[in-house]
Amino acid sequence: MLREVCILQIPTSNAQQTIDAPSRTAISTLNRDKGPIMTFRAKHLLGIEHLHPTEITTLLDLADSYAEHNRRGVAHRDVLAGMTQINMFFENSTRTQASFEIAGKRLGADVMNMGMQASSIKKGETLIDTALTLNAMHPDLLVVRHPHSGAVDLLAQKVNCAVLNAGDGKHEHPTQALLDALTIRRAKGRLHRLSIAICGDVAHSRVARSNIMLLGKMENRIRLIAPPTLMPSGMNEFGCEVFENMEEGLKDVDVVMMLRLQKERMDGGFIPSEREYFHRYGLDADKLAHAKPDAIVMHPGPMNRGVEIDGNIADDINRSVIQEQVEMGVAVRMAAMDLLAQSLRASRTPQGQMV
Amino acid sequence: MTDMLFTNARLIDPVALTDSLGALLVRDGKIVDVYESAPDANGATVIDCGGKCLAPGIIDIGVKVSEPGERHKESFRSAGRAAAAGGVTTIVTRPDTIPSIDTPEILEFVERRAQADAPVHVLPMAALTKGRDGREMTEIGFLQDAGAVAFSDADRVVTDTKVFSRALTYARSLDALVIGHTQDPGLSKGAAVTSGKFASLRGLPGVSPMAERMALDRDIALLEMTGARYHASQITTARALPALERAKRNGLDITAGVSVHHLTLNEMDVADYRTFFKVKPPLRSEEDRVAVVQAVADGLIDIICSMHTPQDEESKRLPYEEAASGAVALETLLPAALRLYHAEMIDLPRLFRALSLNPARLLRLDAGRLLAGAPADLILFDPDAPFQLDRTKLLSKSKNTPFDGARMQGKVLGTWVDGERVWEKA
Repeated sequence: MLREVCILQIPTSNAQQTIDAPSRTAISTLNRDKGPIMTFRAKHLLGIEHLHPTEITTLLDLADSYAEHNRRGVAHRDVLAGMTQINMFFENSTRTQASFEIAGKRLGADVMNMGMQASSIKKGETLIDTALTLNAMHPDLLVVRHPHSGAVDLLAQKVNCAVLNAGDGKHEHPTQALLDALTIRRAKGRLHRLSIAICGDVAHSRVARSNIMLLGKMENRIRLIAPPTLMPSGMNEFGCEVFENMEEGLKDVDVVMMLRLQKERMDGGFIPSEREYFHRYGLDADKLAHAKPDAIVMHPGPMNRGVEIDGNIADDINRSVIQEQVEMGVAVRMAAMDLLAQSLRASRTPQGQMV
Repeated sequence: MTDMLFTNARLIDPVALTDSLGALLVRDGKIVDVYESAPDANGATVIDCGGKCLAPGIIDIGVKVSEPGERHKESFRSAGRAAAAGGVTTIVTRPDTIPSIDTPEILEFVERRAQADAPVHVLPMAALTKGRDGREMTEIGFLQDAGAVAFSDADRVVTDTKVFSRALTYARSLDALVIGHTQDPGLSKGAAVTSGKFASLRGLPGVSPMAERMALDRDIALLEMTGARYHASQITTARALPALERAKRNGLDITAGVSVHHLTLNEMDVADYRTFFKVKPPLRSEEDRVAVVQAVADGLIDIICSMHTPQDEESKRLPYEEAASGAVALETLLPAALRLYHAEMIDLPRLFRALSLNPARLLRLDAGRLLAGAPADLILFDPDAPFQLDRTKLLSKSKNTPFDGARMQGKVLGTWVDGERVWEKA
């Protein structure tokens, strides 16, 4: 009951106002002095699917303030002080792993990277045994990327720390969707009633799935553009408009989100060639002209220049927010780990009894 | 052996398609006769059924007993006890063991093991091609002489149509039954679920339901060419039904089965990557499920089977794509199938037509009927008794059932094989 009241008393717009003059104390007030933030109660961040719009807004508000602080060089090494963060990447990653590592270090966590390609899984250990082994070392935050959909959910069932999904197969990549949302909100001033095109290899993209869910929850109009071989079936049932033609799909959109052509996940025969793909689905100035004049261009990286995006568009500082996306990545991951750490602390102190 | 008189029984007769109170007399392991009102006991042991259902025992085509090779998953003893407890009086075993059952020598081993340990009838199938590799047919004649009742590569498809057509032609000359898995191997390669909204949401590789129609169409064309006796082990999609109907109408010697899971579960049951719901072919949409249930009620699909596939925890507690397929079902076959009866989608005689009579006809057994002279393979069950399934209580060595925690109705009270009681509910 008490929790319900708290939600009503801290509307998220106010939360942003309290940090109008961002300072370390402001964030502390927001975070901890009032106890755990009641609008974010999840134990893990496994996907966008199970998040409530209020939770998304809470996280983005906090990330926004971290973004400002990061720019001014204010660190918060007390937030995760004494906590251990383990990055377990069963799949190659440079940018996401670095982003999580920096986020953890800025918040004062002890960060450990485990390159899983070279470790015990090569010796035949199952995912669950790996999880149990790590769990016995009592980490607080576990950041996991895995090539199979659902693997992070499976792992989360077996450990008693907070698990963050850094991408599982073709399923979800929640922090990417959250950083995209924050980038859009900062560029457009809002995160609702926008027309957003997601273009390219939707079939193999966990980024697309998380974004479709997040942007849908925030009441945006989503247009998916892909060759039919790269469009998963049943997408129109998710409330998306489906296009096979870039010019039609991009008409009057506010945001153009390009996806990387995931050649490593393809078992052949999805597209005839990269040059034909670029001709029909690569973002260049001509195709972008169909979008609104102030439309922004996004890409989750790493980019295949000349395959899904023209290098000139990617580098156009008036249109491209790709670098900003990377910057927001650190802020969003700081916010996510901050909130999960609070839930974790709350769950470990047995005082929060229900009345 | 003294005679046994079952009185006050609700007799489920899949031949006459009747469901009526009566009595049944058994002598020397055979049914003597069926009566509307109980005759004089004449020294026979009287079993008062208390108005519960007495039906011919279930004949389950396509049970995997993991002997040889994986006895830690299931043995003839554990599978036999599970079958008896589930009301299955005959299990027809699959050849997809390690090694495959593809020579008379391995088949004899299986028969010896079954004879020694299983309390129910065990009829073995043999592989259609050596090593189930789809390259060379097995010694169909020798295997038949050694007791193989059907030939199948289980869940593998013979992709080379020349090899398959020769095997079908050769099988026809011996009047041998061939059982096929109807999934186009190209389309279904790597698939873990049926394609559609759910597969897209979960980011799992999906297969179009059309893969089943395509493989069935191919097999039907080859049947037309060779005239073999053919049974499609699992038809699970609405799209495949018209092709099956047409083939039957054209007089081909074709029958079809479906697993109880495809009749009672759908793709959404997988939910958050629950690997105990991973079966082969994958669970289908609700529309497909309803269409297939209707086809069983109409008699277009002939047989309901368990597709009993034991898997240990290690094979299942993996990310969904990597997890093994299959579910144990010998003990849940009847209560799961009774869900259709309780949903008023099928009556009991028609249910037992698919569980007992049609499999017997396909294998040319005289079981599966409540008729004078038929073997006394009987089950007594209460179709309404409710329970909540606890997988740890299953008699199968492996506990990979999708029905763990499910509320079900229907308990087997007793199972008789050749007039011998092999199961009695405690």
